[in-house]
Amino acid sequence: MPKKSELLPGTLDMLILKTLTRAPLHGYGIAQSIKRLSEDVLTVEEGSLYPALQRLLLQGWVKAEWKKTETNRRARYYTLTPEGRKQLGEELSQFEVMIAAIGRVLQDA
Amino acid sequence: MSLASRKLRKLMVLVRREQFNRELEEEMSFHREEAEKEFLADGMKAEDARHAANRRFGNDAQLRDQAHETVGFWFEGALQDFRFALRQLRKNPGFAATAILILTLGIGASVAIFGFVDAALIKPLPYKNPNRLVVLFESIPLGPRFHLSYPDYVDWKRENKVFQSLDVYAPYGFMRSTSTGTEQAVGARVSDGFFRTLGVVPVLGRDFRQGEDQKNSPRAVLLSYSAWLRHYGGRKDILGQTVILDGKPNTIIGVLPRDFHFAPAEPADYWTTLQDFISDCRGCHGFFGVARLKDGISFNAAFANIKGIADQLARQYPDSNRDQKAFMLPMSEVIVGDIRPVLLVLLSGVALLLLIATVNVASLLLVRSESRRREIAVRGALGASRMRLIRQFVTEGLVLVATGSVLGLTAAYWGMHLFAHYIPKDMMATMPYLQGLGLNARVLLFAFAISAMAAVLFSLTPALQLSWAEMREGLTEGGRGHASTMWRRFGSNLVVIELTTAMVLLVGAGLLGQSFYRLLHVDIGLQSDHLAMLTVGAQPNTYQKDEQRIALERQMISRISALPGVKSAGLSTTLPIGDGDGTTGFQIVGHPSHGEHMEVAIRKVSSGYFSTLQAQLLRGRYFAEDEDKSKPEVVIINEAMATQYFRGENPVGMAISLGDGDQHVEIVGVVKDLQEGQLDAASRSAMYVPYNQGPATFFSLVVRTSQDERSILPALTSIIHQIDPTIAAFGAATMQERIHDSPSAYLHRSAAWLTGGFAALALLLGVVGLYGVIAYSVSQRTREIGVRMALGAQRGSVYRLVMWEAGRLTVIGIGGGVVVSLAVTMLMRKLLFGVRAWDAPTLIGVSVVLAVAALLASYLPARRAAAVNPVEALRAE
Repeated sequence: MPKKSELLPGTLDMLILKTLTRAPLHGYGIAQSIKRLSEDVLTVEEGSLYPALQRLLLQGWVKAEWKKTETNRRARYYTLTPEGRKQLGEELSQFEVMIAAIGRVLQDA
Repeated sequence: MSLASRKLRKLMVLVRREQFNRELEEEMSFHREEAEKEFLADGMKAEDARHAANRRFGNDAQLRDQAHETVGFWFEGALQDFRFALRQLRKNPGFAATAILILTLGIGASVAIFGFVDAALIKPLPYKNPNRLVVLFESIPLGPRFHLSYPDYVDWKRENKVFQSLDVYAPYGFMRSTSTGTEQAVGARVSDGFFRTLGVVPVLGRDFRQGEDQKNSPRAVLLSYSAWLRHYGGRKDILGQTVILDGKPNTIIGVLPRDFHFAPAEPADYWTTLQDFISDCRGCHGFFGVARLKDGISFNAAFANIKGIADQLARQYPDSNRDQKAFMLPMSEVIVGDIRPVLLVLLSGVALLLLIATVNVASLLLVRSESRRREIAVRGALGASRMRLIRQFVTEGLVLVATGSVLGLTAAYWGMHLFAHYIPKDMMATMPYLQGLGLNARVLLFAFAISAMAAVLFSLTPALQLSWAEMREGLTEGGRGHASTMWRRFGSNLVVIELTTAMVLLVGAGLLGQSFYRLLHVDIGLQSDHLAMLTVGAQPNTYQKDEQRIALERQMISRISALPGVKSAGLSTTLPIGDGDGTTGFQIVGHPSHGEHMEVAIRKVSSGYFSTLQAQLLRGRYFAEDEDKSKPEVVIINEAMATQYFRGENPVGMAISLGDGDQHVEIVGVVKDLQEGQLDAASRSAMYVPYNQGPATFFSLVVRTSQDERSILPALTSIIHQIDPTIAAFGAATMQERIHDSPSAYLHRSAAWLTGGFAALALLLGVVGLYGVIAYSVSQRTREIGVRMALGAQRGSVYRLVMWEAGRLTVIGIGGGVVVSLAVTMLMRKLLFGVRAWDAPTLIGVSVVLAVAALLASYLPARRAAAVNPVEALRAE
């Protein structure tokens, strides 16, 4: 099993937004999705999703809606809003600039 | 996303708080259940699966809090803290009450004193550019602040190169005729440009015109705002009306602004020109100068210029102007120069008290935070962030300070008015700037500033105490931090200083209080009870002849004596307990004269004067009723004069001559000293001559009654007006009032009360400070005490342990206090009357009071220490 690593600070919001680009998901689904896509490298303290989701709701980057799951249970599904998509774009490009910069420094050394 | 819509969302959450909580809860438990299912599917046992899911989810209480903080408004947290703080303080009413009381007193006293400082020193004087105004005096060998004569004023005005304008004023008492009679009226006489120099413009009517102060110009008068309201009901049509002052009609030309005051001439209702006082006499001094400096001219340059002019005049007119130099002071110095040092001393005193008060309350907070260490540690372990805990303490501090500030402001408001109320009316009139006393913007700003400072101090104290390390330690009651030892040492030193301060102030208050008591009961040579007084002034024009004046006096005395309850009546040109002024030079017939100047106070008194006062005749006799100009001139001298000038001789039967006259006056009696000067002044030589041998139109009646002397005062005034309605009657008072309201009694009373107030505050602070330090120390030593008791120490020895610590501080404090008191009281010897600076009973009494108070303060923590249950104390380990 690969080593688990802590999230870079500030990246949780970006990961949530990215996860929501494909389909609306509930909190548990978001956690699962992040774990699966990162092949278990990125783990979040799952509960910390919820304060983050409230923050995103407040900014208007996601919307929330109660729906039934496949197992016919009530769950709150989060959907990306157009503003959220724009925000994700900005954060991604900033992130890429930073990663590229770090990469250059590391290569050079 | 805009700020507004974010706020709106927050508001929605706030309104539907219940729903928000329910949904968050449901969402979170859904998450945990799904995770649990996943673990179960992996083959875990039910119990383990739930634990694993919970572990992966994290601390849900903390997360819920975070979610709340994200969507909540900042004030929701603050409100929560506030409610918690109130609960904490209510749980601990003793602490809360003490802290708030101390803060209230500290803030209240500071703000009240600052109110006076503001009214007197900060609020600008009601003139245009007041700092360019100066007051001019003539300095003579007796002192620097004497009057100048009219011709000198004219020359100074003409010759100077440094003043925009120079004018003069003189306070003056008028007799104002009204439809019902004559009354005393206060006012001033000024030169024409006086108000223009000050930069004051009447609110109604006009100022004096140029030249209106010259002889033969029509008489004009300006009214003070308060006189306008009092006598004319604030009516606008008074312009052009006439007011009779000293028997002469004056036309009212204007009203001065409401906030105008001019302390050197106050109280003043009627401002007229100096036209009646214009004379060529350079030796006749009657005026003070005011001048406005020209732009760009410094005070010193102006002073030098005017000095040069005065020196020139002294050379030119050596007969009248020899040794007469110019003297000049800034206007503010003349108006508030006397009160400034007093106020600044008071202000630094209260500042010191406030500082001690805040540090004391901070130390109480510390004692409490110590006993709350466990609570804090538990809350920390449950996920309260450090910021959150500190915020809680800050909120508690703010609640205390806010309450203390509000109560303190209220106390200051009442304090200021109470204080101003106790300033006698005459004295208040000379400090007109105190009329502006109150809670204005500057005072409120000051109150806010000191409250903010206290709040910062209170917030920092427990916050500094609250480091993460200590929060962890709190759970185990671990070792003591370095900080707490430091605090104990600092606190102990502070307590010693507080106790010393309290001791010094208590001794001072004790001595001043005794002085005041002795002063009121000093032997003034007369029986002060059942004695009423009234001053009258008749028109000299109406009573020109001596016979008329004597007839008037006889009529007054006989009418007053006929009043029910009156035993006897007399009169004197000057009452006792005054300024001791009114003197005459004399020579003793038969004593060789060596050119020395002999001068004593002189009063004209009626034949019944001494017996009415119940003075004591030591030798000879009193005057007879029929001793007038037709009889040989006689005089009664007082004991001080007999001792000073007739050592070893019997003065009765000897003769003196008065002034420059060669008329011999026979001494017929020696009377025990009546206090002519202030209560605390040494007896001065005085002589008394029969009123009937030189009758006047201005004198004071004294009336001995058998009933309450206050009740007779209205009857006295009405009798005078029945005799002649044009006679002014004023100053109706009892002798007891005269004594109590005299400047010296006022000085001693206010000194005693002020010091007493400070001493009470200092005592309270010292005791609370001691309690704080001892209680802190006990809370720190709970384990140690537990161990001692487990090892067999008796409760009594625990008491001793704690009391010893308190006793040591108290003894050092009192010891220091005795030493400092002796030094301080020696310095204030001049303020003491009839009591020595090293008065042993006072020192011992104060030490006992302080020791008892300290004992009480340390008894409470000692009892707590002795009540420690050794088993619990050790288990807490």
